[in-house]
Amino acid sequence: MAQLRYREALNAALREELRRDERVMLMGEDIGVFGGAFKVTEGLLEEFGEKRVRDTPISENTIVGVGVGAAMAGLRPVVELMTINFALLAFDQIVNHAAHIHYMFAGQARVPLVVRMPQGAGHQLGPTHSHCFEALFLHVPGLLVAAPATAADAKGLLKTAIRDENPVIFIEHESLYGVRGDVPDDEERLVHFGRARVAREGSDVTVIGVSRMALTAERAAATLADEHGVSAEVIDPRTLRPLDLDTILASVRKTNRCVIVEEGWPHGGVAANLAALISEQAFDDLDAPVRRVSGADVPMPYSKPLEDIAYPHEPQIVSAVLDTLGVDPGAVAGAGAGAEAGAGRAATSGGDEGAG
Amino acid sequence: MAEEPEPAVSREWLQTMTLIRRFEERAGEMYARAKVGGFLHLSIGEEATIVGSARALRDSDYLISTYRSHGHALVRGTPPENVMAELFGRVDGCSGGRGGSMHMFDISRRFMGGYGIVGGNLPIAAGLALACDYQGTDDVTLCVFGDGASNQGTFGETLNLAALWKLPVVFMVTNNQFGMGTALSRHSAVTDLQRKGESLGVPGMRCDGMDVLDTYRVVCEAIARVREQRCPLLVEAVTYRFRGHSMADPEQYRSKEEVAQWRQRDPIPAFGDRLVAEGVVDADARGQIDAEAIARVDAAVQFAEASPFPPAESLYDDVYLLDPGSTGSYSVRTTDPQANARGESPRSLHDGDNSEIPQQMSEALAHGEDSG
Repeated sequence: MAQLRYREALNAALREELRRDERVMLMGEDIGVFGGAFKVTEGLLEEFGEKRVRDTPISENTIVGVGVGAAMAGLRPVVELMTINFALLAFDQIVNHAAHIHYMFAGQARVPLVVRMPQGAGHQLGPTHSHCFEALFLHVPGLLVAAPATAADAKGLLKTAIRDENPVIFIEHESLYGVRGDVPDDEERLVHFGRARVAREGSDVTVIGVSRMALTAERAAATLADEHGVSAEVIDPRTLRPLDLDTILASVRKTNRCVIVEEGWPHGGVAANLAALISEQAFDDLDAPVRRVSGADVPMPYSKPLEDIAYPHEPQIVSAVLDTLGVDPGAVAGAGAGAEAGAGRAATSGGDEGAG
Repeated sequence: MAEEPEPAVSREWLQTMTLIRRFEERAGEMYARAKVGGFLHLSIGEEATIVGSARALRDSDYLISTYRSHGHALVRGTPPENVMAELFGRVDGCSGGRGGSMHMFDISRRFMGGYGIVGGNLPIAAGLALACDYQGTDDVTLCVFGDGASNQGTFGETLNLAALWKLPVVFMVTNNQFGMGTALSRHSAVTDLQRKGESLGVPGMRCDGMDVLDTYRVVCEAIARVREQRCPLLVEAVTYRFRGHSMADPEQYRSKEEVAQWRQRDPIPAFGDRLVAEGVVDADARGQIDAEAIARVDAAVQFAEASPFPPAESLYDDVYLLDPGSTGSYSVRTTDPQANARGESPRSLHDGDNSEIPQQMSEALAHGEDSG
């Protein structure tokens, strides 16, 4: 076990898979000489050379399309896009080709391609560099979607993604790159897709957190336990496709209440999708409506105070959990932090509806 | 420079051009009879461009095309039966009835597909070429697209990247004078398309796309250079499509006189006349080639008619290659065919049990092998 930063864990996964499989090669803007905009690929050009670690022109759609073609012809390309917003330039290749080729050609070709990209707010990068688009990719049959929250999962899931036979959208979080965590050294220790991480066991409510929000939800659960005596079970799905719905449903059947937290937008979001699945398959087990806490329904603003209230923080999760439990926050010691801490504009379904 | 083709080779070119023509004509008829759905883009008039360029390839080279690709499948040797069955949406179609007219595919013949997005195939072609380089083969990729695609972002992006990385791609712009219904001079500031890659580091060549020999010679030279020098080239094939963009095209953007004028240069009679004049075929043999093509297309229609539609239970096949290590749900089945067949309302299932799709499972177990 080693203590690695999230970015170092990703780097280790890339390095190990490059060593393990000659067919693995990396492409992306400034991933080589520059070492990667977020330094994830640092040192890889030096070790593996320009044949396998390729700096590309700024041509996102074409870079991904080259990855599609190379994958069809037997390579295992890993494409880095500098931020998730840039993936929108490559949406044609990602959706029309990467996702559909295996199906539309009746299984004759496969596209074992990984497209890595960081998402997330918090660095004042404004409306074109800060979004969370898990839902856009989750929407598309043919794509797999991984969104690790911890260093260990970053490494284990990326290794699985590279070995998977399907196109994988691998969503990293900008705010997590520097976060340390215990990471297994074993190079064959994969984190399989479709297996959720139960980050914290609990009995009163299920809190599902996606990407960074898994960590925010864990902190909220600690507060809920310490200050409100609420036992929250926190689940990080880790991959949205394939989805470990079994673990989620088992938890909901145990706790009978569910709050879903995501950083992305509420309409058509990941939480909306999970809420639908839970309602369809565990309706009789629910004692309260499934509750969502999501990013505000606005393009991401630059100004720090506005940006802060445009994505969920711990107090909103605490507040949503208490609400779904029917607990009046004001009646519980210490609840003021949750209800009034100012970060109340990110959208929560049912209660305060964001900036409207 | 390519040598003069042997008589047998010339005959085969005439046979293949004739087969494509007769196939396309019949496909149009089948469309009118509602045997074929969706869009149907015919390449009638462009047969010399198709055959002359594809015959410059060797079998291990890749060919990748557009939504006007019936001829490209046929020229690579995909049986007309399977191409027609694809148009009919049948299980024996070369894409299993999943793709239709715009998405033909035959990996066994390295025909890497028709693609419905204008310009969408250019980056994929560069990826195929990259893989050839990476794997140490000297195979090349012939990437075919239309004049309209030369305005897409992928044209500039991919030509730049291919020149930068010295990728062995022959980009062939099939200049049939129209991007759908917009004439070349109305959609491209530069109408000398062979020059359109120059500023991106991709030199151009031009061939007479109505002349199968000229097309063959020019593309042979391009492929030889690309194979040898590992750098991309752009070839403009000047041709004309005699039919509308698709079957739903009133052709108000061009005059009947213009079409008639181009039809005088119809590549198939032109090449047939030439072979007769050279004594390669006589009039009887020429008639026989046509009769054989018609018979083959008849057989293709019969085959397609007899081929079943894909079964409802195949709807979810080949969406994913399942990983045995995963226990998660890959697809939400709101359209469970069995449930619908029983008249039940659509419902969501989650297929945690991977074993229910044994075909995909077996593919997943091939994990780690080369694609295709």
